[in-house]
Amino acid sequence: MSLSPDDVKRIARLARIEIDDSQALASQSQLNTIFDLIATMQAVDTQGIAPMAHAQEVTQRLRADSVTETDHHAAFQAIAPAVENGLYLVPKVIE
Amino acid sequence: MKWETVIGLEVHTQLATQSKIFSGSSTAFGASPNTQASAVDIALPGVLPVLNKGAVECAIKFALAIGATLNRINVFDRKNYFYPDLPKGYQISQLAKPIVEGGVLTFLVGDTERTVNLTRAHLEEDAGKSLHEDFHGMTGIDLNRAGTPLLEIVSEPEIRSSAEAVAYARALHTLVTWIGICDGNMQEGSFRVDANVSVRPVGQAEFGTRREIKNLNSFKFLQQAIDYEVRWQIETLEDGGRIEQATVLFDPDTGETRMMRSKEDAHDYRYFPDPDLLPVKLDEDWIESVRNALPELPAAMQLRFQSEYSVSAYDAGLLTGSRALAEYFEAAACACGQGKLVANWVMGELSATLNKAELDITQSPVSARQLGALVARIQDGTLSGKLAKLVFEGLWEGAGEVDAIIEARGLKQMSDSGELEKIIDDVLASNQKSVEEFHSGKEKAFNALIGQVMKASKGKANPAQVNDLLKAKLQ
Repeated sequence: MSLSPDDVKRIARLARIEIDDSQALASQSQLNTIFDLIATMQAVDTQGIAPMAHAQEVTQRLRADSVTETDHHAAFQAIAPAVENGLYLVPKVIE
Repeated sequence: MKWETVIGLEVHTQLATQSKIFSGSSTAFGASPNTQASAVDIALPGVLPVLNKGAVECAIKFALAIGATLNRINVFDRKNYFYPDLPKGYQISQLAKPIVEGGVLTFLVGDTERTVNLTRAHLEEDAGKSLHEDFHGMTGIDLNRAGTPLLEIVSEPEIRSSAEAVAYARALHTLVTWIGICDGNMQEGSFRVDANVSVRPVGQAEFGTRREIKNLNSFKFLQQAIDYEVRWQIETLEDGGRIEQATVLFDPDTGETRMMRSKEDAHDYRYFPDPDLLPVKLDEDWIESVRNALPELPAAMQLRFQSEYSVSAYDAGLLTGSRALAEYFEAAACACGQGKLVANWVMGELSATLNKAELDITQSPVSARQLGALVARIQDGTLSGKLAKLVFEGLWEGAGEVDAIIEARGLKQMSDSGELEKIIDDVLASNQKSVEEFHSGKEKAFNALIGQVMKASKGKANPAQVNDLLKAKLQ
């Protein structure tokens, strides 16, 4: 499988990355190299092997349900571009 | 043309854990903005999620309660989309291998039993809140809710009317609060319903095109939104239009649904397994210990109430509307051994009085033991139904125990037949006209005489006894 310039632009839009035509072309060839690598891996016969969700065969460690965090919002908000009444302010979004 | 409605519901239940699903922040509702949002919740670079065992246990409880399959290995995925209240740029959810698959929910719609199959239930994190009030033309973001554990419960599209949808949602609400995995507070967003609605001509096998109504936070809105949407879809089709797949919002002020986004700009979520989280393994010992700790479930309790206390299926359904109500009923029924009579009192006088006072059963000034004692005094003939209501008022006011109120207010039903006979004789003597009318065949006159006797006894005579004695005397 290989990507068209339109595929690249669509992926860029979904990722909220602004790219021009020449960047799209460059990304297209880089991404296609990655797809070639995937194609090589796809050629391996995996019949009868269960898919893995993670590269290592280990399972998730669980944490006890207790509150361990304290309020640090002042420190976090000191580096935010805009804050009011404890809220982070962002450009208006209405769906 | 006859149309059939097809509905599937997706319910987001906030799980009743102390801390968030992937961080140690508190999940308590109502804190000042962003004071319960840690580095993980606001997605600072380099942080890693650590899964909360309590959230997983809630999902196990739910699966056991609905007879679902628990995936012994389940996997978290990233669902990618951009929105300011989702600072990571993805929501951690479960797509291909959810923790719960299948299961059934059985409930009553009116008097008819219905069973709906569940597709799945998966764990995920809630997003933050966007506040669109005007902050100098900007939007305010509160991330306290970000990372609150959710169990999203998805039904098969087997629901056929708004009434069924509401009955299903109510039964699910009862169940998740019953087993203690969700506080059920709909005003606070703990239980939010999305409805997928489509219509098709009766007899057609394929489904029509569906529209999804998002974020309904009351049963009333769920009903109104579906009713409006179904009418709109049928009118559109009958006018020769087409339904486009879309996400819509319900506006409670107008009672209408309106388009939020069409399929054209529907999100492409690009799910993939979250490399920050390993597959979750559920071991059998854990599952068994959760199973052993589950309370008796509403469906089992309904059957038991019918057999042990001789209440109807309908009444048993009402009595198990919440665990607190069921426990109240059972305590009162055990206290006097009169299940049916207690059921009538719980659903009649007690519920009505609680409603009027805007209290729930846990706040009832009349305890289950007191109600049981009251019913016992009706059963043994001390109180008539009418007198019992007066005693109930006394209990409600906190005037003491049942027997003390009966004594203090002189509410004992007259059981001495000699005393009653004397009253009847007096009434007959002073109501000769009614007696004559009765003898000339006027049935109404008999009732008038009973009324006079009850009045003369100040309501304390036993009506059945009055009836018998009066009949005997008029022979």
